[in-house]
Amino acid sequence: MIEIKNLHKSYPIGKDSLHVLKGIDLHIKEGEFVSIMGSSGSGKSTLLNIVGLLDEHDEGDYYLNGQLIKNLNEKKAAILRNKFLGFVFQSFNLISYKTALENVALPLYYKGMARKERLKVAMEYLDNVGLKPWANHLPSELSGGQKQRVAIARALVTKPKVVLADEPTGALDSTTSDSVMELLKDINDEGMTVFVITHEEEIAAQTDRIVRLKDGVIISDELTRKQPQAV
Amino acid sequence: MFDLDRWREIFQSINKNKLRSVMSGFTVAFAILLFTLLFGVVNGLSNSFKGAFVDDAQNSIFVRVGKTTKPYKGMQTGRNIQLKNKDYKFVKETYENKIQHLTARIYKSVNISYKNKQDNYSLRAVHPDHLFLEKTIIDEGRYINERDIREKTKVIVIGRLVKEDLFGKKPALGKRVNVNGITYQVVGVFSDDGGDNEERLTYMPVTTAQMLYGNNDHISQINLGYDPKLSLDQAIAFGNKIERDLRKRLDIHPDDQAAIRVMNMAELNKGVGIFMLALYFIVIFVGSGTLIAGIIGISNIMIFVIKERTKEFGIRKALGAQPASIIGMVVQESVLITTIAGYLGLSLGTYILSLIGDSWEEDYFITDPSVSPGIVIGATITLILSGLIAGFVPAKRAARIKPIVALRAD
Repeated sequence: MIEIKNLHKSYPIGKDSLHVLKGIDLHIKEGEFVSIMGSSGSGKSTLLNIVGLLDEHDEGDYYLNGQLIKNLNEKKAAILRNKFLGFVFQSFNLISYKTALENVALPLYYKGMARKERLKVAMEYLDNVGLKPWANHLPSELSGGQKQRVAIARALVTKPKVVLADEPTGALDSTTSDSVMELLKDINDEGMTVFVITHEEEIAAQTDRIVRLKDGVIISDELTRKQPQAV
Repeated sequence: MFDLDRWREIFQSINKNKLRSVMSGFTVAFAILLFTLLFGVVNGLSNSFKGAFVDDAQNSIFVRVGKTTKPYKGMQTGRNIQLKNKDYKFVKETYENKIQHLTARIYKSVNISYKNKQDNYSLRAVHPDHLFLEKTIIDEGRYINERDIREKTKVIVIGRLVKEDLFGKKPALGKRVNVNGITYQVVGVFSDDGGDNEERLTYMPVTTAQMLYGNNDHISQINLGYDPKLSLDQAIAFGNKIERDLRKRLDIHPDDQAAIRVMNMAELNKGVGIFMLALYFIVIFVGSGTLIAGIIGISNIMIFVIKERTKEFGIRKALGAQPASIIGMVVQESVLITTIAGYLGLSLGTYILSLIGDSWEEDYFITDPSVSPGIVIGATITLILSGLIAGFVPAKRAARIKPIVALRAD
């Protein structure tokens, strides 16, 4: 599903440049539940942004669903994101003046689905995350956990191949964190590839595979003991 | 391409962000309001100028004479210059191809009575063409005609107010009135846009007046309407030529301004035309300045708005929005706001102008201030275009920002 070979990325800082990713090799198969662990500055967010086509890499090859990602213009990237990827952000990134339902329906708007249909589909997904009664509330009227569930519903509504979650529990307390991780686990059980970025051991421990990143290189890549349990 | 969903997105965005929408709209509405008022008032001024001459035909030339003030060819100053029928004939025959209308005029003050009512009125003895030069409007009956001139008939055409004085509401046509002791038949009643004084006049055939009052061939004034096909400059040259010819004919010193006066509407029109042109230039300059200020205002607000929405655009992009859809959304919103606001400003301006109407005519010399449809359409197109540009430039830049940068924005 995701294949990365010798990936490099630098950011210019003044006249110098900061080498953030220094040759990453990573292969994630369809249906995997992977977490990228690392302290801040390790390059994990950069990696997710590149995987999510929100940013471009400098060197190396990146295949998404077998397609080589190279010299994408904004338009092509937008189409691929809409088709293959679902995002869950640490700060939820809901549009403040849209209701929960409208937020969930938005990716379908960009997919070109008719309004009636997309509202129906969005309602199903809101129902799946247990927020049907909150459909017509604005994000400001929802709790953090509810917002993240709306964001997850929004990430799933286009039936993406990969869900990318950037510190999805970073802004939540431990109880709500657990319920969000439960939700991601359920999604993974349905066969979707889930890619989580976190710096919390407890969160990473709930995934099937932990990739540890330090200073722009992978220092370990191991399956958790949880995996046999799931089988 | 009508995209209902796009419009829904835009209305939602405007609706949920009322303050900034109203702010950006206000700038444009105010600019257009000022623009409309400015143009309207100048148009009103122009109307007043045109109205000042509405009394008489625009192509009139009036020839009047007086006393000489300069000795000439051995003759003393203070000599009375008198126009006579032969001068009228001279003008008629010499310039036939350049004259549209021609009339002599004799002034008299007369006492007119009917039954027990009587009063003093001004009388003008004229040729039939006088009708056109004075823009007299015949309400009832007829004006002086060629047969009256030929047969020196004792007929009189009276003004609307004369009729009111003497006849009240009763019919005047066909009745006989006494004018300085001689009986005339009323053959017509007229009105005139020149005001009440013009409607207190009476007209009779020039030949009748010459026969009955003085039995001579004197005339007070020659009025003519030059061929409207002449340009203003040609008409001015024509007026000058008449003056030169008459000076020679009547033995008047070339520089004697009092002995003969030729009043040429073409000269007045030219002066007013130049003045109005200068005024319009100023207005176009100031008006476009106002519009440009409005456009710059909305551009600034759009830049701010887009900065504020950068994160939203980042989210939309992450969800699959293409750059074109972001630009389209912003531009459409901007055009919508400018168009509606501009239309409001325009309507308010037109409404204010219509309220002013003719009420400023006396005090400020502004008559019926209004803007022409051409200006309205032009201003509307300018607005839509400016909304387009004001939205497009910053939106294009916003759409170019990488989603990752946009998402980090706050």
